[in-house]
Amino acid sequence: MNQINIEIKKKTFPLKTQNKQSENLIFKNLNFIIKKSQFVSIFGPSGCGKTTLLNIISGLDKDFDGSVQTVNSSTNPNKNISYMFQAPRLFPWLTAIENVKFPIKKKKNCEKIAFEFIKKIGLERYKNQYPNRLSGGMQRRIALARAFAPNPNILLLDEPFISIDKKIANSLRKLLIKLWKKNKPIIIFVTHDLDEAIELADRICFLSNLPSKILLDYEVNLNRPRNQNSKEFISLKRLLSSTTRLERK
Amino acid sequence: MNTILKNELFRRFISILFLILIWEIISRIIGDKIILPSPTDVAESIKYHASKDLFHHVYITLLRVFTAFFLAMIIGSVIGIVMGRKKKIDDYLDGWLILALNVPALVTIILCFIWFGLNEVAAVLAVTINKIPTVTVILREGTKAIDEKLIEVGKVYKMSKFDITKDILIPQLFPYFISAARSGLALIWKIVLVVELLGRSNGVGFKIYEFFSMFDVTSILAYTVVFVLIIMSIEWFLVEPCEKKLTEWRL
Repeated sequence: MNQINIEIKKKTFPLKTQNKQSENLIFKNLNFIIKKSQFVSIFGPSGCGKTTLLNIISGLDKDFDGSVQTVNSSTNPNKNISYMFQAPRLFPWLTAIENVKFPIKKKKNCEKIAFEFIKKIGLERYKNQYPNRLSGGMQRRIALARAFAPNPNILLLDEPFISIDKKIANSLRKLLIKLWKKNKPIIIFVTHDLDEAIELADRICFLSNLPSKILLDYEVNLNRPRNQNSKEFISLKRLLSSTTRLERK
Repeated sequence: MNTILKNELFRRFISILFLILIWEIISRIIGDKIILPSPTDVAESIKYHASKDLFHHVYITLLRVFTAFFLAMIIGSVIGIVMGRKKKIDDYLDGWLILALNVPALVTIILCFIWFGLNEVAAVLAVTINKIPTVTVILREGTKAIDEKLIEVGKVYKMSKFDITKDILIPQLFPYFISAARSGLALIWKIVLVVELLGRSNGVGFKIYEFFSMFDVTSILAYTVVFVLIIMSIEWFLVEPCEKKLTEWRL
């Protein structure tokens, strides 16, 4: 997996306004390329189409004009995508470990791989519990493990740490980086939290209001691990928020 | 865990004992064997018939019940799931479903016997046709209620439609299968008895009709008690444990 070429000529959703059927233009000529091992954050206001973009890239939404193409290296011809949604979306009738095993259950050593991930997310004691007995933070850890289990080339995350306790969200972010560092898939991480975007991503794509365009495509050059209280971090945040505020007008 | 189980079994046992006691008292008050024989009369009758052909007829009836049950569950579920997933098919078949639900069992049975003859196939078919609509309705509701977001997880991992159905759709329908199975069993065995009465020469329904023509209420109750006990055992020792196992993940 060398890179993904995203070319969306046009994407609309039908919109019912009073008695008329009209169209809501989400994207028009949105193009960008993501290179190997990049951790990209898509940042934008509510309703600007971030989730729609992920749905298009993942193949869940095929109703658009354009294409998403992957340019493959000769060594790995498979396009292996994982998606971590806003809600954990675990299967309630499966235990924690069975959920992690789910995308890889056709592999011979899936039990072993799943257990390794359960250990990495610190839920060994709970591997045979059903999701509805586990806390929200634990469920998200399992969803994260399930997303990484098939060793994806591309990992999509849709505001996965939204509305959780700050401490737990921080530990989940560290966990994400830890899991990413192993095989460095391309990560596309949607958020509307600028701190989170700067902390995690190599590159931040700022989306405008509808129809969404890329306002700014910024390469973050801070060293990892990144500290939200460091001078560089704070000044970068100030720069980015003022730039994009201007651009949005 | 064992004390809970003991208490539960104890309570169930006591309540049945109590029922038998009331029955004994009322039958003594009435004092007429044709209207209400006592539990002791019925017990003796059970012993007598057991030594003759009781279990033969019970076995035949159970065979019909289970054949119709499995056929109705499979066919009804498939139709229900398809109607739940595809709106167009739902629109086409909904009218037929409502029609089928409202045709009386008796009419279906008689028509099957007339069209297909007074044979085993017609008998089981009549019961199956009767039960399919109720299974379909339950499974359709269940299918419409499934979480599409979980299906999307399967689509992301590029699972085939078959695998998504097997691994994501069907598990969400377990409670509906149990519900259809339970109401199905209860309904089916009653219709089987009517089918046997109308057009078969063996089985519990046939024997009950035979006893009715001789005003042998004791034997009717004997067969009834045995059959009901068997159905209750199926519910308590087969259906309920299955249900617990399939829905243990629910809080």
